[in-house]
Amino acid sequence: MEQACFHCGTNCDNDPVIFDEKYFCCQGCRTVYEIFAENDLTSYYEFEKNAGKTPKSDYTTYAPLDNPSIQEKLLEFDNGTTAVVNFYIPHIHCSSCIWILENLNRLSRGITASQVNFPKKSVRITFNKNELDLKSLAILLTSIGYEPYISLEDYEKPQRDPERSIIYKLGVAGFAFGNVMLLSFPEYFEIDEFWLNHYKPFFRYIMFAMSLPVVFYAASDYFISAWKGIRSRILNIDVPIALGILVLFIRSLAEIIFDLGQGFFDSLTGLVFFLLLGRFFQQKTYNFLSFERDFRSYFPIGVTRILNDGTEEQVQLYDIKERDRLLIRNAELIPVDSILIKGGGKIDYSFVTGESEAVRVESGEKLMAGGKQTGRALEIEALKSVSQSYLVQLWGNEIFEKEKEEGFQGITDRISKYFTIVIIGIAIFAAGFWLMIDPGKALNVFTAILIIACPCALALSAPFTLGNMLRIFGRSGFYLKNAQVIERLAKINSIVFDKTGTITSGDKNDILWEGNDLSAEEKQLLSATLRNSNHPLSRQLYDMLSEYGIRPLDSFTEHTGLGIEGRSGDQEVKVGSGNFVGSSQVTSALKTSVHIGINNHYKGKYTFFNRYRSGVAALFRSLSRNYELAVLSGDNASERENLSKLLPSKTKLFFDQSPDEKLNYIKFHQQEGADVMMVGDGLNDAGALRQSNVGVAISENVNVFSPACDAILDATKLDNLGAYLKASKKAVNIIKISFLLSFLYNAVGLYFAVTGKLSPVIAAILMPLSSVSVVIFTNLTTNLIGRKLK
Amino acid sequence: MSVIYILITVSLVVAIVFFVAFVTAVKSGQYDDSYTPSVRMLFEDELVDEEKNSDQTNNK
Repeated sequence: MEQACFHCGTNCDNDPVIFDEKYFCCQGCRTVYEIFAENDLTSYYEFEKNAGKTPKSDYTTYAPLDNPSIQEKLLEFDNGTTAVVNFYIPHIHCSSCIWILENLNRLSRGITASQVNFPKKSVRITFNKNELDLKSLAILLTSIGYEPYISLEDYEKPQRDPERSIIYKLGVAGFAFGNVMLLSFPEYFEIDEFWLNHYKPFFRYIMFAMSLPVVFYAASDYFISAWKGIRSRILNIDVPIALGILVLFIRSLAEIIFDLGQGFFDSLTGLVFFLLLGRFFQQKTYNFLSFERDFRSYFPIGVTRILNDGTEEQVQLYDIKERDRLLIRNAELIPVDSILIKGGGKIDYSFVTGESEAVRVESGEKLMAGGKQTGRALEIEALKSVSQSYLVQLWGNEIFEKEKEEGFQGITDRISKYFTIVIIGIAIFAAGFWLMIDPGKALNVFTAILIIACPCALALSAPFTLGNMLRIFGRSGFYLKNAQVIERLAKINSIVFDKTGTITSGDKNDILWEGNDLSAEEKQLLSATLRNSNHPLSRQLYDMLSEYGIRPLDSFTEHTGLGIEGRSGDQEVKVGSGNFVGSSQVTSALKTSVHIGINNHYKGKYTFFNRYRSGVAALFRSLSRNYELAVLSGDNASERENLSKLLPSKTKLFFDQSPDEKLNYIKFHQQEGADVMMVGDGLNDAGALRQSNVGVAISENVNVFSPACDAILDATKLDNLGAYLKASKKAVNIIKISFLLSFLYNAVGLYFAVTGKLSPVIAAILMPLSSVSVVIFTNLTTNLIGRKLK
Repeated sequence: MSVIYILITVSLVVAIVFFVAFVTAVKSGQYDDSYTPSVRMLFEDELVDEEKNSDQTNNK
């Protein structure tokens, strides 16, 4: 019977939990429903079906929240009784989430108010400290499936006001544009009439007054950028824009002072308004994603320290000193380089090194920061402080200091160099020509050319094309840091992939049986035994064998570090390492195998192979036509054979690569002139992602951690990578075509300017017309590309 | 004086009042999150309905 869980929508398998005539996949989901039902909050299920998430049952990670100095950093406001905290909750995804989180006050009396910011996936909660402490609040949220994500990053994060200046500037420019347009309208038709002549100066000076904040406030960024460009001897696009604005303003001022005409205040304010609109449009950011993350958002905020007298205390991470004893529980992260004192287990370093298999450790061994413990709690002694640990030192590499955006010259800036020179050339030439024929008109023509050539449409082409492309990519699962990344994508000619977690999926393996066939009965016994084990390999094997059903076990024993044993009737099964089961074979160190023995007879082994993401082979084949491909893996070479069969023969394969080696590989190829894209997933790729021209982080769940990068790609969309690259190239072509379009308008405008016939009304028509047609053209064409992407 | 001066001044004052309203709206953070309010406003009806059944009294 197929039955979806009422709370989270997961398939309930064979043994659903039935409560209140509803089906649940597990007790956790049932409990959440019960909490909601008790508090009259069942409308939660009406907005969105199966919106919930199975709650985590382990609350030990919130222990550090008891530490007052950590609390102080997390709370935005605290007066002893009332406190405000802002939690980032990755699970927020639908209207039900907003509803339940804004009705938290009905779950606990301690909560006074809560407000969700959906794009940021955060909730700001005001609560009474006397009735509810921070830890209980976090536990309350977790118990209903909304687990707050708290990391070391929260500890350091300065409380920054959101960037709003672009909205203010847009408001100022829009306000002035609308009003100046109205005021300048009467004079467009140059009707010589008493009423108009009488009020002309009044109208003109109001327009002048309104253009002041536009030029000196709203357009200030253009002047600053142009000045910076000139100082570093680059004629960027802001140079002709700033020149145009300045000439517009000075000439208009001169016209009204000497009563020569109405000036170009309407075009001036309109120009700035349209330019800012383009900037605003391009500025689309994904608030819920972070492209700047480093180890800090991966590390916990605090850890348990064991004092000499055996008591435990919560300390924040930076307070850890050498020789401190720390307690690391299951699934917790090792925050510092340390030595294992007590306990044993498997440390999962996959995020740090790319090595997919967890490493078994015993007391006395050195542990590296960044590993995750799987198993029982460990006691470790810190060898260094957090900031001196190897992983943290990685971030000390100079590459993390440099901003990628600085060195890159966009297509607009490349063309503006020639554009500026040509325009100034035309202006001087035409002015010289008119000096000979009619000297009185020369200055008029000179300024008119600089005004009409002001590259408004040109400057809008790239922001609107790239801004729209950014949104289209975002909709299909490819999130870019900013619009410039598209231009860099279009230039890529070499792609480097990480293996573990990038082209293989993180937690799924292909399992192959080698040995004598097992009878159905034996398989039942085996899966029953596996069911009792929490080892990740057992879970995977159980998932594969569960179709055979299970039979009741008489006994089950777990031999830590060796394997498991199960007995039913007169049959006994042993599952585990080769020695434990009694295999005479020499086991290959490179492959991961689980050996099976029944009634003390060795039967064979299950070998685990990496499972490659769907479409990887096809992706590589299609990419190999146009790009140089390479795979850099931090893992050992056990997959070499598989990979070389799967991927095109040209693909270069490297194994056992350290983070530094990956970075240097990319650096080397860049020096050879290649534009490299790095596709990776873990902290071990962070340096390479940063060094590459475009660093793409693959993520199974885009809300969860990914290292600093230029783009985040939804793991299920990996096979689309080729299409994204193609679309980026097309986007750059669109920009080129719309440049042509804007040159066309410029040519028409120049005709009026050179012949000395440029009147304010022509400028006022031409400027918006060219801008609007470029915006329409780029929008239509990018949407056309976008349609092909899906 | 001509009425046009008064009219223009009045119209400008009105425009500036709206402009100031815009600035204060931005300043108070109304433009920081332009999505959540659009969802939140649809909840109101359900809330009122729920509150009738429960003994909780919310300030209106």
